[in-house]
Amino acid sequence: MSILIDKDTTFIIQGITGREAVNMTRECLNYGSKVVGGVTPGRAGREIYGVPVFDCVRDITKRMKVNGAVVSVPPKFTRDAVFEAIENGIETIVIVTERIPRQEVAQMVELANLRGARIIGPNCLGIITPGQCKMGGVGGPADDTRKAYSSGPVGIMSRSGGMTTEIANTLTAAGLGQSTAVSIGGDAIIGSSYAEIMPLFEADPETKAIAIYSEPGGRMEAELAEWVRENNSRLPVVAFMAGRFMDEMPGMRFGHAGTIVEGKADTTAEKIERMREAGIAVAERIEDIPALIKERLAEAA
Amino acid sequence: MRFYEYESKELFARHGLPLGQRAVAESADQARQAAADIGGSVVLKSQVLSGGRMKAGAVKFADTPDEAAAHFDAIMPIVVNGQNARSVLVESKSPIAKEYYVGITWDGRRKLPVLIFSDMGGIDIEEVAETHPEHVSKTHISTILPFSPRVAKEAIGAVGVTGSELNRLTPIISTLVEIFLHYDLTLAEINPLAQLENGKFIVLDGHVDMEAEARDKHKALLDDLGIQPEETRQARPPTDFEIKGAQVDASDHRGVAGNVVGFDGNLGLVIGAGGGSLTLFDAVRKHGGKPANYCEIGGNPSVKKAKELTKLILSKPGVEKIAVMMNVVSNTRVDIVARAVIKGCIESGRDPAETIAIFRIPGSWEDEGFKILKKYNVEFCDRSVSMYEAAGRAVAKMS
Repeated sequence: MSILIDKDTTFIIQGITGREAVNMTRECLNYGSKVVGGVTPGRAGREIYGVPVFDCVRDITKRMKVNGAVVSVPPKFTRDAVFEAIENGIETIVIVTERIPRQEVAQMVELANLRGARIIGPNCLGIITPGQCKMGGVGGPADDTRKAYSSGPVGIMSRSGGMTTEIANTLTAAGLGQSTAVSIGGDAIIGSSYAEIMPLFEADPETKAIAIYSEPGGRMEAELAEWVRENNSRLPVVAFMAGRFMDEMPGMRFGHAGTIVEGKADTTAEKIERMREAGIAVAERIEDIPALIKERLAEAA
Repeated sequence: MRFYEYESKELFARHGLPLGQRAVAESADQARQAAADIGGSVVLKSQVLSGGRMKAGAVKFADTPDEAAAHFDAIMPIVVNGQNARSVLVESKSPIAKEYYVGITWDGRRKLPVLIFSDMGGIDIEEVAETHPEHVSKTHISTILPFSPRVAKEAIGAVGVTGSELNRLTPIISTLVEIFLHYDLTLAEINPLAQLENGKFIVLDGHVDMEAEARDKHKALLDDLGIQPEETRQARPPTDFEIKGAQVDASDHRGVAGNVVGFDGNLGLVIGAGGGSLTLFDAVRKHGGKPANYCEIGGNPSVKKAKELTKLILSKPGVEKIAVMMNVVSNTRVDIVARAVIKGCIESGRDPAETIAIFRIPGSWEDEGFKILKKYNVEFCDRSVSMYEAAGRAVAKMS
């Protein structure tokens, strides 16, 4: 089991003829993902590594059931592409594009909520269920992805695409595989926060523990802490908090668009306190995560 | 990106919000002239990208043009929270009956704009929310339905304001929401929104922040207001080193090699990507290291761009060595960064083996990258060495 995607998941890539999207298509296919089509307006009839290209999403969805879409189009066209995916019944939409104004992200999320679709990102590398499906650039080339990710009991959620893989790699080296890893995106407003993905992991019998990567800015960690407490979650959560130096530098943006200390609640000190109050373990170093997870798994057993 | 008060008010004025007579003064003579033109008592306010002006003494009242000129000279040198004044806004002083607060910002949890209204304006809204919660209303706004004034009416009514006040406030607040939505703002605030003794409303102080990502979309407005593309409007003005870093990044659209921020230390950091840089910067400091800079490499920049970044960091006074580190990379190619930092050292007249304290970038094209590093005798490590440990090895080499 896994969350969001598995070996049967079919998805399309919007903006498939772009330079980065071409590479992503190849590596998703090499990993064994079912990329069933691509969209670039005006490029119908082409093929990218055997994947047929269409002008619109509807040209694909009228022929077959499509579970997901990876959106890799320039910021100006992203909202249109996401609306197109939602209105054609696609349920899981990964937005890779960064630098989208948050009002447009809010519009996409509002429409997705109305239609029952889920957005991951923007400014993310996508989702991976190791050994089954890689949806997005997460992990990079298929061979490198296989080195870092392995199948197992730990769910990962990360505000940084690169750190998703760093954590998976650390877990794999320690003999802990992953159920599903989600790069949730680094913007101030994203489609799915930790707390919004937690119910999926909670319902997945294969997932036994959660590792998260987190940063200054926003209320997502406090929201996760609340969720864990209010739902009396069965899953032990281990968090790593980066950007501690930023507590002393209010008003400066580092790392990601949403990573800025504007008030006390944005600081790492405050977030760590909120999470610890909810029983979430906060690792001082990435390499401490596996031992903390193993301890908690042993306690549970 | 924060607007100066005079820019915020210019934007408000274009949309018909009620404002007092005002002028921007860049010299004492201009302040004197402005006070004379406006007539009567005026208020002079430092135009600075920070709150806390009143406390810093950067807001003063004048009854005569000469007094206004003297106040200009007193206000301009005042540094407020590290920010210098750009100019002084001279504005008519009006007799006030009551002060309100209205602001629109983003609620990241609900993922919607939220309209905050209070009939206790003029003071810090967060304080009011704590001490008098019944005087603060929060109303969410849809981003896909056309804006409807009923939202403003509900927000006003929720704190118990009714009568002609409600009817006069509704269009003002509606306009502010429309400005917020139209210009992709992250904050649009009027505090206080004052009711004068004659019953009319007037914007006394206003504050606007525009989303950095939306700057291109609203270029016409920014041009009109005279806001230059290179103005970052961060919490502190950028240094020469940081401006050069931005130029390196802008020199080529492929990938990122920028977001350079200067620090006082001796260890230059060539690090990436977004999250990796934050993690590594913390790690260096935890080992007692002194970073000379922060930066971000990501999304596979060209050799030239990463090389120029390396050279810039090496040119910073006091930089003895550099540490080249990233998380396990997905898109950025290890060999490209390896080639770039070695070239950067050589072109700076430095020996790569001596200068690069550690190279820790595992991931795509790592075998090719490690081959190059070996050839130049640069110490490198693969994914079996953690980011934290790699940072420790670099710090251990510093004097």
